[in-house]
Amino acid sequence: MKERKNIKKLLNIGAICFAIVLLYIFNQVFNSFQMRIFNLCGIYVILALSLNLINGFVGLFSLGHAGFMAVGAYTCALLTMSPDMKAMNFFLEPIAPWLENINLPFGSALIVSGLMAAIAGALIGAPVLRLKDDYLAIATLGFGEIIRVIFTNTQSITNGSLGLKGLAKIGWFNASSESIWWIWGIVILTIVFMVRLIGSSYGRAFKAIREDEIAAEAMGINLFKHKMMAFVIGAFLAGIGGALLGHLIGTIDPLMFRFLLTFNIVLIVVLGGTGSITGSVISAVIVTVAMEALRVLDGNIEIGGYMIQGIPGMRMVVFSLLLMIVILYYQRGLMGTNEFSWDILIKRFKPSKH
Amino acid sequence: MLKINNLNVFYGGIHALKGINIDVEEGKIISLIGANGAGKTTTLGTIMGLVKPSEGTIYYEGEPIINRRTKDIVKKGIVLAPEGRRIFPNLTVEENLILGAYVRENKEAIKKDMQWVYSLFPRLKERMWQKGGTMSGGEQQMLAVGRALMTKPKILMLDEPSLGLAPLIVKDIFEIIKQIHKEGVTILLIEQNAKAALQIADYGYVLETGKVVLEGKGMELLNNEEVQKAYLGEAQ
Repeated sequence: MKERKNIKKLLNIGAICFAIVLLYIFNQVFNSFQMRIFNLCGIYVILALSLNLINGFVGLFSLGHAGFMAVGAYTCALLTMSPDMKAMNFFLEPIAPWLENINLPFGSALIVSGLMAAIAGALIGAPVLRLKDDYLAIATLGFGEIIRVIFTNTQSITNGSLGLKGLAKIGWFNASSESIWWIWGIVILTIVFMVRLIGSSYGRAFKAIREDEIAAEAMGINLFKHKMMAFVIGAFLAGIGGALLGHLIGTIDPLMFRFLLTFNIVLIVVLGGTGSITGSVISAVIVTVAMEALRVLDGNIEIGGYMIQGIPGMRMVVFSLLLMIVILYYQRGLMGTNEFSWDILIKRFKPSKH
Repeated sequence: MLKINNLNVFYGGIHALKGINIDVEEGKIISLIGANGAGKTTTLGTIMGLVKPSEGTIYYEGEPIINRRTKDIVKKGIVLAPEGRRIFPNLTVEENLILGAYVRENKEAIKKDMQWVYSLFPRLKERMWQKGGTMSGGEQQMLAVGRALMTKPKILMLDEPSLGLAPLIVKDIFEIIKQIHKEGVTILLIEQNAKAALQIADYGYVLETGKVVLEGKGMELLNNEEVQKAYLGEAQ
């Protein structure tokens, strides 16, 4: 048994080293378009994992993710933007004086944006987590929209509906080659964190709450504490994901954080399997790549000599259909609640002893 | 060991418990019987701190436990195997059992109790890696009892362990309850199956619409004419 544990530890470290080598190679061979998609994949992995923690593991149907991402994205953008750039952005109404000269390096700004999103999560979670099922979904959806509306109207802090432009590139040195390390570094950290969290007694308590609240409570599990914990951690990661997304795209505005963004993440989580870390990771990569690959559908299509005028957003129909099919016929999604594990691989490659 | 005095519980405007008094002595099997809506489940919920009473006291080993958190009550050694089994269906048998020991920290002791539960229910050991929800009703009930035992309780409260089970399996379950009792666990049992419950009980209470209408030794109640008429269907 102990030997097995050591082997697994070595395999884990090996996998991370392999991932780093892969990242290095990708950084060399990908052109800027491919790089952008690859980075976007990473961001969606972080976002999917954060939503899966809340929806999949604790079973709280939350739809307020875009709100937390907005908090993270705006915090990070405002903290890293230089005073000159701020002056350029805020031409309609000047920026609030206390914000004008704040300038933090990217790393610390990222952590602060996660914390701000976590605080927003705690403030929203405290009243809302008493609700269940659909009611919780509606309430969180409402709060997500409220955050967006607030951001549209606080002109002197967020520049309102004009949004913020010219966000710094991800990283310390303002170089494009740096973002892959930041994004995928955080992806690896998030995965390791999630695996450890879910394997801990907290993780078991989360699953127990998902399975049966009354039984969980009777076993002495504090429902509110655990729900709150998952919600706040999820919001923290969503804030970080939002911040990275903003800096990757380079411009943010409140409209970006509509419900549609939450829908994309819900789609990834459901397709991958609610309650599976592996599923979320795989599905985030597939969906992000597919969203780009299917752009063909948005353009003009020629079928048998007929020219069909392009409809923007046509590719989303594919995903909506896919979601319906999965929910109707294959609710487990890609992985169900299963996880990738070395045990299965070891068993497969070990020659049997008979 | 557990003393309930003048307990009153309201659900909104409904007066669910109207001042009941129950005494659980250490090392005994106590049964609460009564029809639907008599307040049996509410009584157990109130002991666990899941339901807040409006009036009354509950003393456990001389200490008031009303308004305590469920976690603390479980830590003190009271546990409830809830009605309808309520196992965690998508978790394995082993995970279900580990979750039973959620409030405990001593890993060695937990492991030992896991072996104890497996020795009580060999069937669970065979199905260690199976998901709880894929087992039969009787096995799920064993898992629910096993999970409750993982808290190392002094008082085990069982809410309708025979619910929805075939008569033969009900017999097995009651055998196991007797065995658990022999190993030194005090048992507070709720049942609609009055005959089975009173047969193994040292003392019984009959609840009707939130009040204790009869109490007495198990065998006495079993032979009581009113109990027979109302619950055992042996009208003469």
